[in-house]
Amino acid sequence: MCDTCGCNVTHGNRHLLAPGGRLEKTGQGSEAVTVLRNLLSENDRSAAHNRNHFDRHGVFAINLMSSPGAGKTALLEATIDALGERFRIAVIEGDLETENDAQRIRARGVPAVQITTGSACHLDAHMVHDALHQLELDGIDILFIENVGNLVCPASFDLGQHRNVTLLSVPEGDDKPAKYPVMFRAADVVALTKVDLLPVLGDFSTERARDHMRALASAAPVLELSVRSDAGISAWLEWLAAELEHYREHARRGETLRPRIQPEGLRLHGLKA
Amino acid sequence: MHELSVCQALIDQVENLAREQRARRVLSLVVGVGPLSGVEVSLLEQAYPVAAAGTVAEGAELELEHRPIRVHCRTCGEESAATANRLLCASCGDWQTDLVSGDELVLTRVEFLREQAYV
Repeated sequence: MCDTCGCNVTHGNRHLLAPGGRLEKTGQGSEAVTVLRNLLSENDRSAAHNRNHFDRHGVFAINLMSSPGAGKTALLEATIDALGERFRIAVIEGDLETENDAQRIRARGVPAVQITTGSACHLDAHMVHDALHQLELDGIDILFIENVGNLVCPASFDLGQHRNVTLLSVPEGDDKPAKYPVMFRAADVVALTKVDLLPVLGDFSTERARDHMRALASAAPVLELSVRSDAGISAWLEWLAAELEHYREHARRGETLRPRIQPEGLRLHGLKA
Repeated sequence: MHELSVCQALIDQVENLAREQRARRVLSLVVGVGPLSGVEVSLLEQAYPVAAAGTVAEGAELELEHRPIRVHCRTCGEESAATANRLLCASCGDWQTDLVSGDELVLTRVEFLREQAYV
């Protein structure tokens, strides 16, 4: 959905992309120009710049999204504990206030930059770009960008990441993908977290959560995890390692990787990535 | 509530366009919005006058064009209407579909007055 990747461009409207668009005179002495400009193209440009930065330094970037309290930071802690020796990890933390999450990550010996957004409900590509200047990208294999806890706004802003990971903690209910389709449609993988609570909750069906994901036409794997019981963590780590390898294969060919939702539009409109 | 950020981005686009066209004043703009853009139309309408205030677009009318959700089925090849949380093929019921429209958030038309009268 952007000028940057061209996914809005069809045969019918391609001519509008000419610089300046198509001009016409209206009856009242005014003029009108017909264009096709993505509202978020400024953000998308900045996101493309970030992605370029990542690719130049071989950094695999993941946008981690969920509601507040779904366990993003806890999952990062578990990931660092498991993979910290094997891969060099760094984290950008987005929150409205406090350095709490960044401190939790730094306590694991991993560099973390905290972005405090004030009242902004999401991270955008410019904020991430500013944070990148505080990181030594050459020494990083995987960069996690922990977005502001919110199932609405973060889905609309490309940060330059290569993959989107969306968490759904089981106390939130299995119909979250149906209630927040924009967010869940963007997911490359969905992690159902806190599954150790399933027996206590009783009314969360992992099968229903999967059905809601399929209704969004999503082929994203749905993993069941608990950092407390360690259930499913190995499947998450395998997904991560496989995607990192996938990214590196692309990088060796001089190509980048985008969240799967983005190239979809390109293919549809007959354009190349 | 990211609609204010979206409106500010819209105003940036309009200001750029106004510069390119040497517009003195923007009279109206048309924005296409699909339900899967993640933007709430009513919030966009509320945020718009705030973002437009003090810019070339101050007082310009904002027309929002609703874009329908449509999917193309990879299995049977049909194109059909769908809803935001049910992107299934209406023809064969398969879930393996691609979105054809409904996630747009685009500025499509700007009406304006030029700096100097057009000769």
